[in-house]
Amino acid sequence: MTPVLELKDAAVRYRGTAADVVADVSLAVEAGESLALVGESGAGKTTLLRLLLGLARPTAGAVRFDGAGLNPRDREQMRRFRRSVQCVFQDPYSSLDPSRRVGAIVAEPLRSLGLDSRSTAAPKVAAALERVGLQADAVDRYPHEFSGGQRQRIAIARATVCDPRVLLADEPVSALDVTTRVKVVDLLAELKQERGLTLVMVSHDLSVVASLCERTAVLERGRIVEQGATSQVLGEPGHPYTRRLIESVPRLPV
Amino acid sequence: MTLLDVRGLTVRTDDGRILVDDLSFTVAGGERLGLIGESGSGKSLTTLAVLGLLPDGMTSSGSVELAGTQMVGAAERSLTGVRGRDAAVVFQEPLTALDPLMRLGRQIAEPLARRTGLTGKHLRGAVHQALEQVRLPEPDRIARAFAHEVSGGQRQRVALAMALACEPKLLIADEPTTALDVSVQAEMLELIDGLVREREMAVLFVSHDLAVVSRVTDRVLVMKDGRAVEQGVVHDIVRAPRETYTRALVASARKLESALDLRSAP
Repeated sequence: MTPVLELKDAAVRYRGTAADVVADVSLAVEAGESLALVGESGAGKTTLLRLLLGLARPTAGAVRFDGAGLNPRDREQMRRFRRSVQCVFQDPYSSLDPSRRVGAIVAEPLRSLGLDSRSTAAPKVAAALERVGLQADAVDRYPHEFSGGQRQRIAIARATVCDPRVLLADEPVSALDVTTRVKVVDLLAELKQERGLTLVMVSHDLSVVASLCERTAVLERGRIVEQGATSQVLGEPGHPYTRRLIESVPRLPV
Repeated sequence: MTLLDVRGLTVRTDDGRILVDDLSFTVAGGERLGLIGESGSGKSLTTLAVLGLLPDGMTSSGSVELAGTQMVGAAERSLTGVRGRDAAVVFQEPLTALDPLMRLGRQIAEPLARRTGLTGKHLRGAVHQALEQVRLPEPDRIARAFAHEVSGGQRQRVALAMALACEPKLLIADEPTTALDVSVQAEMLELIDGLVREREMAVLFVSHDLAVVSRVTDRVLVMKDGRAVEQGVVHDIVRAPRETYTRALVASARKLESALDLRSAP
């Protein structure tokens, strides 16, 4: 089966710097196999996510979408791409426009992709909000009226309203309190189960990764040091860096 | 001997909202207490009230006695001597806690000079030692660097060195590892644990993360919406939480953790 998204020997070097921030990265996102990108600050997780989102272009290697090279100049391909691949960011306070009502925020992908008019978007927006567990009257309210966890639900509603195949999530629960975090993790698991959504998640939180992703790739200083089934990578880590990450996770006393 | 005695502490905004509500706890010399709670629980405001550092627009009432000094309603002048000497604090975000325009060595030298009266070569030697203590590599390079030139973990070690340079009786640590990577966090917790033990210093450790708190403190106070929910020995609270809220907190943490265990099973 052709992977939905694929990086092939990808490297990124920012202008004016001597070294690649990520190098020799090859990974594939298959439908139904959620993938976690794990590593510490500066490992290149967010850079990879930017590549997969088409927001950055590799300085070497390739990014492929449904088997074809991703080309930001190909408008027809980019439309299909934006419809298939959506994203959720870490900070629910800065990722929602404070001056727009939630209804308009969630409808944005439908409108900008030209899929719907205001009237045909409304029922889809209502359905998306209901799926993430928000009341229907949320459409008339503003982001500041919601808590951090609710805002992240709004962001998830916006990202899933156009029924994408892949959801790219950059630390989607890191900014949330632990009780809220569990609920948002449950919501993402539900969307995977019920809508067949495939997650590509950047996270430093291994327990969240283990809860949601079938596959894990571990990044250290811009290179993948280990990748495979999550049970394998986190259960029997082969690389010393992976082992150190797992051992560092603070645990509750038994 | 009670070092910190908080009784009926209440923090109000000028428009009358109550952010910390009738909170009482004590920390004895050399004892370690964790304050745990989620956003908005009032745990950070409590530490600020303990130091008499509440922002404008908030006032505290009740009683906070720190090493015999009443902090509530005291004049700012009488508090400057208490801060540093009796209690020093490490905040969550070391980038905002450190002065961006002053070399790191000088920032440590200030409290050191005030406490020890050292100058010149001797003071530089003491700064070098303070940086070595928090296990920073190349202490002389770090002393000459500015805050933005070192990593987040190194910045937090500098902030810890500054707090310890005062040799306070009480170290207040407000989410000191939340902004750090997990492996850096593990090193930092071990470092705090060791340094505090050597000095028989008391600790008030604020965090949203039960697992992190349990690494450093013996006792824990659970807060929600400005009130104390439950208080006791960390191990007891984690094993057998009594209150509904604490149970939910422990269950959430356990649930996330168990995902890791399932995967580790053969």
